[in-house]
Amino acid sequence: MDLFYTPAQDAFRAEARAWLAANVPATPLRSFDTADGARDHREWERRLNAGGWAMVPWPVEYGGRGANLLEWLIFEEEYYRAGAPKRINQNGIFLLGPTIMEFGTPEQKARFLPKIASSEEVWAQGWSEPNAGSDMAAITSTARVEGDSFVLRGQKTWASRGAFADWLFGLFRTDPASERHKGLTFVLVPLDAPGVTVRPIAQLDGETGFAEVFFDDARVPIANQLGERNKGWNVAMATAGFERGLMLRSPARFQSTARKLVELYRANEASAPRGCREDVVRCWMDAEAYALDTVRTVSRLLAGGRIGFEASLNKIFWSELDVRMHETALRILGHRGDLQPEAPAATGVGDWLDGWLFSLSGPIYAGTNEIQRNVIAERILGLPRSF
Amino acid sequence: MRFAFSDDQDLLASTLRDFLKKECTAEKVRALWEDVRGVRSMWSKLAELGVPGALVPEAQGGMGLDERDLVLLLEETGRAALPAPVVSTAAVGAPLVRDAGGPLAEEWLARIAAGDAVVAVAHPANPFVADAGEADLLVLHEGDSLHAVERGDVTVTRQPANDPARRLYSVAWRPSPATRIAAGADAVKLLDAALDRGALACAAQALGVADQLLTLAVAYAQQRQQFGRPIGSFQALQHKLADVKVRLEYARPVVYKASHALATGVAARSVDASHAKLAAVAAAQLAAKTALQVHGAIGYTWEQDLHLWMRRAWSLERDFGDVAFHEERVAAFVLAPGAPIGPGHTFPNR
Repeated sequence: MDLFYTPAQDAFRAEARAWLAANVPATPLRSFDTADGARDHREWERRLNAGGWAMVPWPVEYGGRGANLLEWLIFEEEYYRAGAPKRINQNGIFLLGPTIMEFGTPEQKARFLPKIASSEEVWAQGWSEPNAGSDMAAITSTARVEGDSFVLRGQKTWASRGAFADWLFGLFRTDPASERHKGLTFVLVPLDAPGVTVRPIAQLDGETGFAEVFFDDARVPIANQLGERNKGWNVAMATAGFERGLMLRSPARFQSTARKLVELYRANEASAPRGCREDVVRCWMDAEAYALDTVRTVSRLLAGGRIGFEASLNKIFWSELDVRMHETALRILGHRGDLQPEAPAATGVGDWLDGWLFSLSGPIYAGTNEIQRNVIAERILGLPRSF
Repeated sequence: MRFAFSDDQDLLASTLRDFLKKECTAEKVRALWEDVRGVRSMWSKLAELGVPGALVPEAQGGMGLDERDLVLLLEETGRAALPAPVVSTAAVGAPLVRDAGGPLAEEWLARIAAGDAVVAVAHPANPFVADAGEADLLVLHEGDSLHAVERGDVTVTRQPANDPARRLYSVAWRPSPATRIAAGADAVKLLDAALDRGALACAAQALGVADQLLTLAVAYAQQRQQFGRPIGSFQALQHKLADVKVRLEYARPVVYKASHALATGVAARSVDASHAKLAAVAAAQLAAKTALQVHGAIGYTWEQDLHLWMRRAWSLERDFGDVAFHEERVAAFVLAPGAPIGPGHTFPNR
């Protein structure tokens, strides 16, 4: 066990810090769930990519920097430390990208990965359907093979980033006689294909962070199938593993929130209600614990290990920590915490209200925390199936 | 940067685990509650595995290891609810004697490593002295000085505790210039190190205790039938057990990091030790509460072995600084102006 960074890792950090200091926009970008904000964020991604920092852990041939996962974590720390913009293509860069690297053909890798890295193509997720939420195996959207095309029919919903994305990845039923997890295929769908209709949905914060997507005999080439036909469930589970287990929510995000929470408490120490001090410190400790666990996971992956069901532990931990941090912040702010940032009396409220609303989605997206607890119980602890 | 144990470290831990599985059954734990000689004989056997002298230099017959190696061994002793002076002697006493050096180290280190001498250490954080009645050597504090006193020169009074394996004593003694081993800043340094090592040791044991409580609860939930099915198939219980697993697995890296901090002596080691103790003890408390609830009435009996680990979980909460003490230490660090916190500050500078 060696928990000191090497001189090379220190140099990598310094290089990342210097680039970010020179390039991160001085004023925060507008939300990427608005049309203007989405444009700003794509522009930022272009800049990041031109600087060679868009995809730190990817191979150079696919538009990455060819660094390892430890260096990626260092970059993430510097990224959040610099207050750099959110990643509009997080579905592509953190979820689909690793999945294509694992399951894609050489042609698919060459075709899709560089444009994911540059965010020239922004991706949406297409898992949930109106009647397939937590029960994802109840998917009924179909992909019928006709010549060298899939013909898609059905509806996806809660497609994150769907409103401003170019492409969608998702599961479609390719074997009409199949049930549940079998007979599904992972398909990559251009959202501008004829027969695809995107209808944005306003979220709890009023912005169109997700969308419902309708498929009326939309045609996509069979070449857009990722992984084996009718074995899409396995591909999707690998994607979910990246999402829950490592890439989507790097520890720096929560450490950054924890640090801001500490600052908020210190600025409001005199007026903060009782108990906030302990809660602030506990949040900081949990954010550290999450960071430590992530480095442990990365050490295991670098030694040839894989992400397994323990990804469900992560997802519960970070999502519930995020809610707790924001709740604590709002308690510290008292009545000010309920004010929109433009309210005249809203001084020093930061973006805690918005952040809190978003944090409430954490225990729901990427598989509800109840589903994660089922996974832990059955797959890790070995308890009997509950249904 | 590599956050993983070596194969050697894992092997050492699994060897101890196998030994304790055979030699330290629940039945044996109960038998050792009032069998001081039995504990001594167990301690001698553990000496053959290197446990008492893990932190003793090789020149004195020890293993010459550091806290990174010891932490997994401590975890195993928690898993087995081993009623032996592991924390007082192996984790705290031995390195204190080692660091004090001089004639004290010369006289005692080899005996400690051989399993022939038990050391009890008094610390201001602990109102009673664990294992004082069975110790050969006691390290006691008086004002700003630290003293080493042999068992024959003190009077002890047993303070029976909730966990029968926890041997607490009040100690009456008389300091003299002859017993003094350190004073002033040197004494403070030794006591501070003892506290950090004690907190880490309790944390590591708490991990093992929590893991064992979870294992017992899961096993019971798999086997116990109600409503015609195993109670472990009910989500109400599944989700409680899953929460224990989450708390346990996120305490683990905190404890392991603290072992690195103590072994390397980095500046923030006390904060790391406090965080470790808080995280592990919280996991153990939740594990105890949940395991009891999963077992139901049978878990509330003296006959069922569950309480061996529950009592251990409860007592570890108090030793070497309670929750309030360690939370305050972490708070003082985190809330200080200009504290080095946030992304990029998790790991120490060399």
